Order: sequence, then structure tokens, then C-alpha cells
Amino acid sequence: MAIDIYKINPEFRDIMPQEIIDLEENATWAQNQKKPRGIKELPDTKELLEEHSLCAGCPEAAALRYVLAALPKPEETIIVNSTGCTSLMFPHIALHTVHSLFGNQNAVASGIKRSLAWRFPDKVKDVVVLAGDGATVDIGLDYTLQSFFRQEKITTICFDNEVYANTGGQESGMTPKGQVFKMAPEGKKFEKVKMWELATTSGCHYSINMTASAPKAVAKAVREAILIARDIGPTYLNIYTPCILEIGLSANEGLGEMKDQDKDRFASYKYVSDEAAAHLIKCKEEGLL
Amino acid sequence: MANQGPAYYSPYPTATYEGVITPPEGKALLLEEVVEEEKAMREVARVMLTSENATIFPGPQVLYAYNEEASKKATLIKEMAEVLNAKMIPMYDYRPKYPKIDAEVEINPNHPNLTIWHNKIKAAIFIGVHCHYANVALKIVRAETDCYTIAICGLSGHEDAMATLRDQHSSELAKFIKIAREVKSELKL
Repeated sequence: MAIDIYKINPEFRDIMPQEIIDLEENATWAQNQKKPRGIKELPDTKELLEEHSLCAGCPEAAALRYVLAALPKPEETIIVNSTGCTSLMFPHIALHTVHSLFGNQNAVASGIKRSLAWRFPDKVKDVVVLAGDGATVDIGLDYTLQSFFRQEKITTICFDNEVYANTGGQESGMTPKGQVFKMAPEGKKFEKVKMWELATTSGCHYSINMTASAPKAVAKAVREAILIARDIGPTYLNIYTPCILEIGLSANEGLGEMKDQDKDRFASYKYVSDEAAAHLIKCKEEGLL
Repeated sequence: MANQGPAYYSPYPTATYEGVITPPEGKALLLEEVVEEEKAMREVARVMLTSENATIFPGPQVLYAYNEEASKKATLIKEMAEVLNAKMIPMYDYRPKYPKIDAEVEINPNHPNLTIWHNKIKAAIFIGVHCHYANVALKIVRAETDCYTIAICGLSGHEDAMATLRDQHSSELAKFIKIAREVKSELKL
């Protein structure tokens, strides 16, 4: 995306809403920043997410804000998403997004990444997949893993809420054993899939399991994952964003739930391949981190 | 031919139901009649000058200065609005607005009728709106309002507009402004 897309023609400045003028003047586009972007600018700058229609207090909305704030170069980033709660937010963000069919987001992202590399050989274009656990690990598992096997240079972020939330509460592969939902009344009989380990053994150079309780940690992981995907190979982030509605919590209890799980199912897991680790050191020296 | 395409899946009545399709190169469309471009330009100018709350809806392709042609068009559209005594309301992007749009000052292709109802617009020019969203918006406006819609299009036009001018670039816009001045003078406005 050319950043000029938000440069308003002076003839129309007087009729444009403030939110669009702010996008031009006060959004943290990478080309306007001396330092790497991050969440520290969130309070003072125009966010790339204008508004959204998720439930009040939804941790997923907070996590998306952290992700958007941490993209190394949003003006050259294409986000591929899939059906689910996340797809309620993507129409509202000020970046290019492609909505794929349910589950095939990593296949779509692979094609986009390759096409962009052919079309813009002199530019860095980041392709980031952002989907829920149903799309990433259940229905789309084949596509997800195949993209890792093929060493596609894309970043896959799974917003793991451990349930098919917006269809009423069915269990997914990421649901923990014993969990009861409205449409899974007997409780899940199998263990939660450790997708972050699967990603590691499938060829990802960077794989993380975490919650969205610590914004800085999320932003750091996103940035590192994208920088590695640019030059080395596939990266995977599994971020717990609980569906407070489906597990019976109030709007103000999402953060507490994530903090609790920091020490339980989402205890920190981080794998960085040797090649990726060396690349991160190089990125740090170049001021990209 | 027009009866066999996917237009029939549309919940709205569309021009293609009636066999109306976009005009051939060098021509324009007035309702269902293919006419010379100049004739259509005169009619468009007359409608805009004589209708209540005539408005221009500039879209992203002219609102943002992403290339030289877009900047040229912006200057011409501003001049066009002055000649036609028209208000301008921007269709600045296609994101759905949540919880709702401010119909006084903006138009969204997903529910363009709200802006037209609110401002009691009886004639409107859509310009610089990408084809797919122009098609969506024009179909909704056609079905839900009594607004006379005019598409000034850089490509092949839009059959769902009451008047469509195709292949309109900065040189054609300058020609239209010249004609609009003449019509304005004839109407003694």
C-alpha cells in the first residue's frame, strides 16, 4: 500500500472527517518514525483500528490493538484473516486485509506473499495471517502446517480463545480437556493441541505460546516474528484471548483470566531457531528492534 | 444476455433486469438510452443545477493524492462543485461504520441511502468511487431513494446510475465543466 493513499488532496481537506485527517497526520506509519513502532505510542497517536463491533471487554480487541501497534511497517503489510470473531474487526482497520475462506488463510497468504515478491521485488512486503483457533488448528490445520513445511515467509498469529465462539460455543482442538460449553455439554474428552510445539516441529523458526495479558510482550513477539518471517522463514504466535462470553466472565474480567493462565495452560513457551536468533541480533544492531 | 448473468441474484431491482447495460466507448447512457457524450453532459448539468440539494460524492480515487491525475481531478471537481452550486460529501473509504455513520457529513457505500435521505438529496454525482462499491451503492440508491444518480466513471460506466459518463479523465472533466457553465448561463442561474 502506498502511504500516499492517506495523503488528502488539499481541495477536499475541509470536508474530510477528523479521523481521516488524523490517519494522515498522526498515525504511526513506519516511514514517519525514527524509532521502531510499538505500543508506547498508543495513547498519543491515531490507531489503525478505528472502531470495532466485538463484545465490550473482549481481550481479542485489545490484542489486535497491540498487534497493529507493533507491525514493523504497516503501510507495506497485508493481513489475511479468516471467518470468526476476528473478521468482525478487520473491516474496520486502515490496512489491506484479505478475508479468506474458513481455514485456508495460510494457503491464501502463501500466494499473496509469492505474488508480492514477484510484483515488487525491490520492496519489503509483510504478510501476516491472523485467525482464530478454529481456523488455524481445526479446520485449517492442513493449510497451516503445509505453509510451515514449505517454509513460506509469513507470520501466523492465532488468537486462541479455545472455542468456536461466534457460532455459539462448540469445542475446538484448542479447547482444554474437560471444558464444557453450551454446545459441548459433556465436556471435551481430549487434551488441548499444543500447536506451538507442532509449529516448531513443522519448521517454524519462531514459535511462541503466550497470553495477551502483557501488551509489551505481545508487541515484542509480533515484531520479532515478522522480522524473522521476512528473511528466514515461517513464524507462529499462539496468543490466548479468552472469550469472556463463553466462559461466563464479565467485561472487566478478561485481563484477570489471562493473567491466571500465564502460569497454567499458557505458560510461556518460546522457540527460536539458531538462524532466527542470529537474525534477531542483526536486526537489533540495525535498529529494527 | 443481460437476463442470464448473476445480476439476477441481487435482492435489489437492477438495470440489467431491464436489459440496460453500460454504454459503448465514446457514448453515454441517459436512463436506458445510449446518447452522445455531450448530450449526456448537458442533461447532467441541467439536472444538477435544477435539483434540490444537488451533491457530489467524491470517492477515494480522487480524495487522496496518490498520483498526479488524482490531484488534477481534485482541482477540477472542486471547480465543478462551484459551477453546479453543489455540496460535497466524501465517500472517503469503504469500511463499515460502527455504530453508525454521520449522515450529515459522510456517505458509506454499504448504506448510501441514509445520507441521501438525511440531506434530502435529489441529484448526486458519484466520482472516484471504485467500481465494485459504486455498483453496490448505486443499486441501493436506485432501489431506496428518488435521487437522480450520475456516475462519472474512469472506466466503462455504471448501468445502475440514471446517467453514466464513461472514460472520464481530467480532460473530460474540464469539458464537462465548460458545458456546465454554458447550461448554467442558459438557465440564467
